[in-house]
Amino acid sequence: MTVMPKWADVILVPLISLFLALAISALVILAIGEDPVEAVQLMIEGSVGSIRGWGYTLYYTTNFIFTGLAVSVAFHARLFNIGGEGQASLGGLGVALVLLFLPWPHWTVALFAAMLGGAAFGALWALIPAWLQAKRGSHIVITTIMFNFIAAGLLNYMLSYTLKPAGSGDPASAKFSPSYDLPTLNSILTDLGIQAARDDSVNVTFLIALLACVLVWVLMWRTRLGYEIRAFGHSETAAKYAGISPLKITVIAMLISGGLAGLMAINTVMGEAERLVLNSTGGAGFIGIAVALMGRSHPIGVLLAALLFGFLYQGGAELSLWTSIPAQLIVVVQALVILFTGALDNMVRMPIERMFLAMRRG
Amino acid sequence: MDFPTLIQILDSTLRLATPLLLACLAGLFSERAGIFDIALEGKMLAAAFASGAFAAISGSAWIGLAAGIGASVMLSLLHGLASITFRGNQLISGVAINFLAAGLTVLVAQHWFQQGGRTPSLLGDGRFSPIKLPLADTLSRIPVLGPIYSELISGHSILVYVAIICVPATWYVLFRTRFGLRLRAVGENPAAVDTAGISVVGLRFAAVVICGVLCGVAGAYLATGLQAGFVKDMTAGRGFIALAALIFAKWRPWFALYACLLFGLLQALALRYQNLDIAGIAVPVQLMDTLPYILTVVILAGFVGRAVPPRAGGEPYVKER
Repeated sequence: MTVMPKWADVILVPLISLFLALAISALVILAIGEDPVEAVQLMIEGSVGSIRGWGYTLYYTTNFIFTGLAVSVAFHARLFNIGGEGQASLGGLGVALVLLFLPWPHWTVALFAAMLGGAAFGALWALIPAWLQAKRGSHIVITTIMFNFIAAGLLNYMLSYTLKPAGSGDPASAKFSPSYDLPTLNSILTDLGIQAARDDSVNVTFLIALLACVLVWVLMWRTRLGYEIRAFGHSETAAKYAGISPLKITVIAMLISGGLAGLMAINTVMGEAERLVLNSTGGAGFIGIAVALMGRSHPIGVLLAALLFGFLYQGGAELSLWTSIPAQLIVVVQALVILFTGALDNMVRMPIERMFLAMRRG
Repeated sequence: MDFPTLIQILDSTLRLATPLLLACLAGLFSERAGIFDIALEGKMLAAAFASGAFAAISGSAWIGLAAGIGASVMLSLLHGLASITFRGNQLISGVAINFLAAGLTVLVAQHWFQQGGRTPSLLGDGRFSPIKLPLADTLSRIPVLGPIYSELISGHSILVYVAIICVPATWYVLFRTRFGLRLRAVGENPAAVDTAGISVVGLRFAAVVICGVLCGVAGAYLATGLQAGFVKDMTAGRGFIALAALIFAKWRPWFALYACLLFGLLQALALRYQNLDIAGIAVPVQLMDTLPYILTVVILAGFVGRAVPPRAGGEPYVKER
């Protein structure tokens, strides 16, 4: 797109889309008889107004960074991975199996092993749809949707029969060994001599998520593989002509995507729940779609969008505590963000393009 | 399994297959016209809420049905606006609509009724009551055929019969009318339709609206026929099972009926038995729940009869200048 300067494409368009989504959300709040200004104040107070609030905001942000990066990497290869939810829950299974059935001497080693387990299971769950798309031409969106449901069934079965400790009533695995507890950011700060309030939500996984942002950037823009993935995404025929194998790129991009989604489980399963519970993902796999669209599939954008959604999630949870606005408000905001930044992108973009065109002529 | 049990299971199969069938035919119209629709779920959910709410307020299931269709068509038009008018990504638009419906239904239900995101239970005329077909009582004493007629075929709400009539109707419209031919053509080769001087946009919007109407009936049946009122997330993945059935049926109306009956049977079995014992092997309910999806992946993989979607599906049409 040469009509618009780059800053307009990267910053202006997403901001206008976000503004539209938030404006309509405010109208929704008005329509259900609540005060949007008060709602925003409560959300800000609850999410970034206290150390505890920040802890939860960053905890959610960690999840959304992983799933957002997962969707982004697939987007670069022009693959729409809707299966982040299923891949993340399989990642949870991988993390749980590694931590339940193998002994680890220290939490650092356990974390490393859990990362491998989570990423491997998530990647495996993405491999089958990828292979089916590349080899048999079955649409990856449909297969990944189906795999979300199959994953839900599989986890439900595992937790109801195989992993549930004898005598326990609820479908959940046994607790992991307390020696695998991940240190929270708060305890790290305290060790460094900085006093912070008590919280046990955001943990070292957040730092791993930041590292993942850097690594994805290096991969996509500084390696041969990343170049091939992007080239394939821009034009499959041109990529083929340049000797890039569609099968290889589809499979590798989806493996990375599924692996990133699976990594989310170290935050939720190992860090927070410390056991595998039903629906450990809590919809984060789907929020990854909104995050990737909003962040224009760039790690910096993903990080910022994940922060925004972390804020919305924590703020929304607080909102449902103090007002009669249900937490589903966030689902509406999420839907509107996906709608405006994704599906109605042209609606926002076309008038801006026209404006820039007029300015250039004038 | 004795005969009365079998009749009961098949009876519940028919009930559970009805929303799947309506949503599946809805998807059939949309996708045959080249508009992918993964928002069947969201449209059904919105319709279930609207029909549950308006039936509760007005006391009439028919007003509920109209409200359900209205809500579903509105979301359809949004899908059309995004994917036809603004040529956006149809899949992303579908994802957005699903979330929009999931969130808004609870928000509005809570605001209107303060019952934790559900609508009040429907009584009397607020629901579509079972219809007794003529002579059902008289014939019920005939062995075998009697119960089949009086319990399996008779005694469903009107929307079940509507859904079944929709199958030949869909077949007729798509394969025996000029509109149907054009609609299928626009899903295969929109440029050719455009060259013939027929509006691609108009046809696609027509298909999307028909899809909305059928999803509306499906949702209304959930809230006012199958159950008595709307509860949060009551579609429970039915829109995606319908999507699976559509692929399973390879976008053909009669096969859609068979696929939906099969998936309805799986749901009926899962509802009745926690563990089904088939030839000494215990089949867990989770397998039954996921079987529609597994079967669809197998079909998509093309190992058992390949499923090829309409050629222009998912592609926005850009008129040549």
